[in-house]
Amino acid sequence: MKRKLEISELIFKIISYTLLTMFAICCLYPFIYTISASISGYEAVIYNQVILLPKDVQFKAFTSMFNDNMFWNSYTNTLFLTFYGTIWELVLSILGAYALSKKRLMFRKGFNFFLVFTMWFSAGTVPQYLNYLDTQKVFNTIGITDDKWLVVLAMGMAAMNIILLRNAFEGVPSEIEEAAIVDGATEMQVLWRVYIPMSKSIIATVSLFFALSRWNGYYWAKTMMENSFEHPLMVYIRNTLEIYQDSERSEGLIKDNAYAPDSMIYAMIICSIIPILIIYPFIQKYFAKGVNAGGVK
Amino acid sequence: MQVSDYLIFDKESGTYIEDPEQAVRDDVEKHHWLNVLRTILRDWRLYLMLIPMILVFLFWRYFPMYDLLGCFKMPDPIETNVWNQDYVGFAHFNTLIFGSDTSSISPEFWRAFRNTFLLSFYGLLFGFPTPIIVALFFNEIRSNIARSVLQVATYLPKFMSTVVMTSLIIMLVQQGGQMQGCGVISQMLEFIGAIDHETAVAGLLNQPQFFRAIYQISGIWEGAGYDSIVFFAAIIAISPTSYEAAQMDGAGKMAQMRYVVLPSILSTIVIMLITRIGSLLSIGYEKVILLYKPDTYQTAEVVSTFAIRYGGVGENRSSGLGKGWGSAAEMMNNVVGMLLVIGANTIARKASDVSLY
Repeated sequence: MKRKLEISELIFKIISYTLLTMFAICCLYPFIYTISASISGYEAVIYNQVILLPKDVQFKAFTSMFNDNMFWNSYTNTLFLTFYGTIWELVLSILGAYALSKKRLMFRKGFNFFLVFTMWFSAGTVPQYLNYLDTQKVFNTIGITDDKWLVVLAMGMAAMNIILLRNAFEGVPSEIEEAAIVDGATEMQVLWRVYIPMSKSIIATVSLFFALSRWNGYYWAKTMMENSFEHPLMVYIRNTLEIYQDSERSEGLIKDNAYAPDSMIYAMIICSIIPILIIYPFIQKYFAKGVNAGGVK
Repeated sequence: MQVSDYLIFDKESGTYIEDPEQAVRDDVEKHHWLNVLRTILRDWRLYLMLIPMILVFLFWRYFPMYDLLGCFKMPDPIETNVWNQDYVGFAHFNTLIFGSDTSSISPEFWRAFRNTFLLSFYGLLFGFPTPIIVALFFNEIRSNIARSVLQVATYLPKFMSTVVMTSLIIMLVQQGGQMQGCGVISQMLEFIGAIDHETAVAGLLNQPQFFRAIYQISGIWEGAGYDSIVFFAAIIAISPTSYEAAQMDGAGKMAQMRYVVLPSILSTIVIMLITRIGSLLSIGYEKVILLYKPDTYQTAEVVSTFAIRYGGVGENRSSGLGKGWGSAAEMMNNVVGMLLVIGANTIARKASDVSLY
């Protein structure tokens, strides 16, 4: 009896290890291929000779990308949108979630419904587009001609994240807050000194979500920004890919046959994911905790 | 009835006397709004904190709903305020649902609606069980280092943007390696015999019959690892004594799965399933826009992209009735979606005392 049990367990363990390893390899393979192909030679790439490891190593795709002003321009735009967008969303969400977490708030149910309703029902793309156009007009009349601010201020703000924060704030024991108030702390001090330090992991998770959605944002940025100097990185990558797909225009992408046009696109993709890869390990321990803490309530 | 509020029976004297507390209650009642105002003034800091968030939601989430009125109005290129446009009632809805003599839009709308439903339904069918299985497998891996490495690797695709993911799909499936005529993944599929050479060279993304498979597989690639976090957390919360008790009773691995693990994570599964059912009609349009092309509209077009194309969003120029059709199509899609969410939430509350919102 004992023996049989161990065998079934062993088999299951082996299956788990194999399948998970295979899945992990599938998850990583496109990235490894991307890196290899971006530093492989012209012929190796266009004849699909690169399967896993780079062949005829060259770094010309990277150097010519680094010399491309439009690339740096779009990179700066993305940094701008991510930085201000994350701060804007974080400040608004923390303040709002803190107020909503207070039981003594009048019309609390009404405010909650106001938020949650946007998760149930959204107007859709056409009305949203008309709304952004109107906003653009208003912004222009008050002197904000830069569409970056439209993207920063008007886009984003997901109700789900505010609810995650609110749930976390509700979990903070009220005794600590009362003690702080007895010591003469103001509302802002209570929030800053008690609530924020005690909900660090969920705030880290939520700011990661904010920053990611800003970094990765594409559609509305592309639709609302007509000036290509304002385009963020994702729009630039997509535009380059479209130029590449259009065989007549793709000749402009390479100067000589030192590298394949594919390598250029792969190099851009790598540069766009490097910041995420740098932050990811630091924040990973928080988000596993944060997702579980705030997920379902 | 009014009298009984004021008079209470006094046992000692045996008569009805006036209730002294009722005067206070009356006072509170009379000054209800004054008290509300007083509370608001006392907590004015809280309301001040709330205002910026409320304004953002009002401007950019609720004001678009005003423009949604366009689905009952005649689109007018000169008069941009929907309120002043001519009211046409449910004409756009009629045209979309039943068709009309002057346009052939109805089949296209139904195609988009069907595709929306099928894409999310297949997403539920294949995309929902996979994270659970992944979590069960993660539970078997006892070595912390091995598990961390695998977790980092499988969560990673979730953090890639839609543009990066679709660019990789486009490059690896069909655009890359132009001398071979297909990308490296198509070549591998050809090598193992899943597709023949002509199909690979024609480009999988150009053929409507492959769109759904590409959409679902890339969806699983992206989300299965990350979505397993919730289930994995539920599994590791199971007390070890439960396993020991099952082992005492002679339960093998499969029996332990069946009688210990699954019942313990069932509530998590039910909640996640209901959330998924609730969002059955809200397909992210970004991925579809980035992957589809006129050749694959047959299987790829969803309601949002239908609205974007006909409603004149961005570079698309809407002609004639397009704006009305786009708004009406999304209106229908989103109303049905909202009913699904509310229904799913009600069921969740009834079934497990857990409300999602």
